[in-house]
Parts: sequence; structure tokens; C-alpha cells
Amino acid sequence: MNEIIPNKSSPASKASPEEMSRRRFFEKVSIALGGLCAAVLGVPLVGFVLAPLFRRPPNDWLPLGQVSDFEIGKTVNVTITDPSSLPWAGISAKSAAWLRRVNEEQFIAFSVHCTHMGCPVRWLSDAGLFMCPCHGGVYYADGTVAAGPPPIPLTRLAVRVANGQVQLKAGPIPITNTL
Amino acid sequence: MKRLVIGAWQWIDDRLGIADLVGPAAKHLVPRDARWWYTFGSATMVAFIVQVVTGVALSFSYVSSSSQAYETLQFITNQAPFGNFLRGLHYFGASAMVLMVGAHMAQTFLFGAYKFPREMNWTTGVLLLAFTLVMGFTGQLLRWDQNATWSVVVAAEQAGRVPLIGDWLAQFLLGGATIGGATLSRFFAIHVFLVPALMFVFIALHLWLVLRHGISEPPVAGKPVHPETYRKEYHEMLEKTGVPFWPDGAWRDFVVGTLLIVAIALLAIIFGPPALDKPPDPSILQADPRPDWYLLWYFAVLALIPAALEGYVMILAPAVIGILLLVVPILNNRGERAASRRPWSIAVVLLSVIMIGSLWIAGARSPWSPNFDPQPLTPKIIGATSGPVFEGARLFQEKACLNCHLIEGHGGRRGPDLTWVGDRLTHGDIVIRIVNGGVNMPAFGKSLKPEELAKITAFLESRKQPVP
Repeated sequence: MNEIIPNKSSPASKASPEEMSRRRFFEKVSIALGGLCAAVLGVPLVGFVLAPLFRRPPNDWLPLGQVSDFEIGKTVNVTITDPSSLPWAGISAKSAAWLRRVNEEQFIAFSVHCTHMGCPVRWLSDAGLFMCPCHGGVYYADGTVAAGPPPIPLTRLAVRVANGQVQLKAGPIPITNTL
Repeated sequence: MKRLVIGAWQWIDDRLGIADLVGPAAKHLVPRDARWWYTFGSATMVAFIVQVVTGVALSFSYVSSSSQAYETLQFITNQAPFGNFLRGLHYFGASAMVLMVGAHMAQTFLFGAYKFPREMNWTTGVLLLAFTLVMGFTGQLLRWDQNATWSVVVAAEQAGRVPLIGDWLAQFLLGGATIGGATLSRFFAIHVFLVPALMFVFIALHLWLVLRHGISEPPVAGKPVHPETYRKEYHEMLEKTGVPFWPDGAWRDFVVGTLLIVAIALLAIIFGPPALDKPPDPSILQADPRPDWYLLWYFAVLALIPAALEGYVMILAPAVIGILLLVVPILNNRGERAASRRPWSIAVVLLSVIMIGSLWIAGARSPWSPNFDPQPLTPKIIGATSGPVFEGARLFQEKACLNCHLIEGHGGRRGPDLTWVGDRLTHGDIVIRIVNGGVNMPAFGKSLKPEELAKITAFLESRKQPVP
């Protein structure tokens, strides 16, 4: 068995003031180096993990079809694909919106996300209501709350007609901040 | 041969110091009468080990890419040898872990085992409970089916209610402004690396504290904890009547652990893993997002709390419950441990079980959700094949009234059962309710034509219990 070789330096209680000062210095240097290492590794790590917070939200006008493709008065479900999504997003980059042609030139669009918890609302055309499957939120045809827990109306999305084409502005998932 | 093996072991043990490391922990003295009630903690640990082993195995085939995860899960479930069984083990292992951590916590609370000097055992346990729930939720999301993608949105919406930083938190969870390529990867990192690493650290700390302070002796009424004398008395008791943990105490842990693994395996074989929902395509709106069973009670909370209080309850309630749990031993670390002398502790546990149980049942039934696919009313139920009553019944279905109201078992449960509504409401009452709506009912005054209103009213007035 190996024997433990006694430490040649004197124990802390018997150390001279110079040696104590030297030890304090080593302690401080070691802690400072540890902190530096943590910062060198931590800053890029935190920056990398938080990067999505600073990513520009989708903001493009996306084509939905020709004006003539949509019947006046009808509310239909349209599908869009986020053009800014990462290449490996696959079908999860798709999203939907409710689009209604109000008259010859005017369209309105609603987010499919219930303002209560974000679940996908469905349009019941005969009833003229949007209904949420999660907690029973109901909205009138104009998006205002008809019943249930949603605190605010359905989010209206920007929609326009350009060169005979109906276009919807891509945007973030609307997050309700109401307390 | 035997001598060779013993010699080899002695050489290895000499160089690695295994016996010196494990021996004292295995042989430490525990109270003689700490028996079956004390097995929930080790059962939780067994469930955790099942999760680690099955999780590592699943990760051999699972691809954490938004575009491929769903397909890899289909492969694991339908093609990979033992894949279906492994997924089942992982699912029921998670369920077992949630149940065992709950039972362990209730037992610790009822036995007053969180009192001096074991306050930090409790605190680290509370954090492990939180990590377990986070693992449960993030694990559900890794299925990356339709239910998972909408559950991410629900999580982001809840995070969004946090004052000032809500939007940032929501974006952090989504991995951007929308669901996409970054969403699944971050939940994968949280579920597979971040939280398990924290759990390993806190389980090690929890076990170290169990060794440091010893397993609490079963409480005796009239024998309160005095921090000034407790340690001395505890060690005297151990010296007198304690038994070594290995094997006198540990064998029960092995029995319960084995039974738990057998139960998890049987459930995995009989029921299999949770079925995969539709693909993770957020443009498919025929979705019905629901959390796994252990969070169904919270799903019910979100539906049942008054709208005016919702934001506060959503943000403050978890914070207050978490803080209360963490400070329990600081507020009350001495005195009686026996539940018979602490009746409020029995009330707290019972109330918690009843509350979570009731909410769980409500969440499973979710009567507040409209029935999007109600069985149509038959002429037999309507009681007519033509005329205003028949037309009214047809409109009752078309205008989605049936989605929220029951007629002879057909329809939804959001609103009152209208099977015999003609017995309790007058013509005027019915008209007023349809036109003006109510708290949880839309007003149909603007969307119904007068003749449609008259027909629906005629149908509802006809709903009278037959006189025998």
C-alpha cells in the first residue's frame, strides 16, 4: 500500500502571514479563473438558447389564391406555410387561418388560435359561430366572444388583394397577455 | 476458481475503493420499524431508473427533428422489435413515477418526516416533484403528433400571461414566433438533457441527505420533535434497536420495486403505449388537444376558474403552491409528528386528493367542450317526421345547439340537458334564452330568422316527459 506523503507546506493554522496571503491570492485566482471559464462557456450557451427570442417574426404577404376562388359570404379555412421556417420544420411549418370574402373586394381573416389557450377554433357555418374544442370558447362570426373563457376576440389577421390575388400577412402565433 | 474470483475482486476493490464507498451507506442503521410505508421513495427511484433505461433505448431510434420525429415514432411503434413495448414501458413508467412521488410526498407529510433535521430532504423532494411534472409534460410533447403541437401552443399561451416577460417566455417555448423546426429540438434538449441532469443532481443530494440525517423513525403520538435533543435521541435509538439498511430494510424496497416493474411491464403489454394522434400539421384544425392523464386536472382548472380570475390563478396559483410546499418545513419544523396529533395534515392530504381527483374526473369528461360530432336526432326522438317540431329539431342540429345540449343522450354537455326542457321552461323563457344567450351560451337573436326561432321554440316546447 502506498503511504500518504505528508504535505510539506505548513497547515493553515501555523502558516506565516506571507503564506496566508499567498494562499488567499491562489484562492482568488482560482475562483476568478473558474468564473472566467463559466463566462466563456456560458455567454455563447445562453445566447444560443435565447436566440429564437430575437429572430424576426414572419412578416411576408403570402398568396392564398385569386379573388374569384372565394365565394362572397363564405368563411373558409386557408393553409399557409411559414416561409421563414427552418428547413427541417417539415409539415409543422404549416399553419391555417379563417378567411371570409365580405364583398367584391373586401376580405377579413381570423387567426385559428382561441384567445384563451391557443387551441384551434372551428367554424360552424350554419350556426355562424367559431367554437373551440378545449375549454368551450365560442365566438360570433365577427370574432367577438360569444361564450366561454376567451378574454378577448379572435385575432384579426392582415389580408389584402393585390393584382387580383388575395394575400395574407404571415405573423407570429398571437399570444394573449390579458391577466 | 472461487479463490481466483475473490482475489480479482479484492484487487479491484482495493484499487477502486468500492466497498469503502458503498459499504457504510448500505450498512447504515435504520429504525427497525421503518417498514412498508417507507418504500414509496425507492419505488419512485425504480420508476426513474425505468425511465432512464427505456428513454436511452428509445433515443437510439428517435430523431428529434420536427419533420421526422413523427415518422420515427411510427417506426418505433409499428416496426422496431420491442419498440411498442418500450414506448409502453416509458409511458407507464412515467405514470408510475408521478403516482409514487405523490405517495412518497403524502407519506412524508403525514409522518411529519419533513421536520427537523430533514427540512432540506423535503425541499429537494419538492423540486424533484416539479422536475417529474416537467418531464411528464415535455415527454408528451416529444410524441410530436397533432396533440403535441397544439399542447406546445397551449403552454406558450400560458407562459404569455406572465406579466412583462410573457411574450418572451412564449417565444422561448415555441423556439420562435411560430411552431417550426426549433420547437421540438428545444423540448428534446429539455426532456433528455437539461431536466434529467438536474434530476440526477437532486436525487444524489436527496439520497445524501437521507444518509446524513437517517431515515425518520415512525412517528409516535406524544413524542414531539425537539431540535435541541432530537439528534441525540435518534442516534441512541438507532444504537439500541436499529438494523442495517442492507439487507434488513432494503429487501422491502426490492419487493416493491420488483412489483412496480412487473406492473409497468404488464400495463405496457396489455394496453400498449398511447396511440399517436394525427401528424404534427398545425393547419389541420380537427384537433382536440388534451394533456396526458397526470395533467388532466390542470386542464379542468383552466376550464372551470372564473374568467375574471383566470390570469391570476394561472400565474399565481402554481407559484403560491410551490412556495407553500417549499416553506412547509421552515414554518413547522418541530413538535408532534404523529398524524393523529396533526389532524390538519390528514385534512390537507385528503383535500388535495379529493380536489385533484374531482378535477381529474372533470377533465376526463370535459363537459365544457362542445361535441363536434353529435349523433343526429332520429324521428323517434323528435317525435315527428314533419311540421314545425321536426323542422325545429333539424334547425336545433344545424345551428349547433346540439353541440352543447343533450337531447335523450344525443349531443354535448356544455349547457343544460334539454331532454325535458318543455316541462320546466315556458314559451317566453325559451325565446328569451335563445335570443339573449347566457353566461356560456351565445345570443342567437341576430343570427336566427323569426320563423327559425319559432320552429326551434316549438321543438323545445314539445320536449315533455310522457305522462305514464
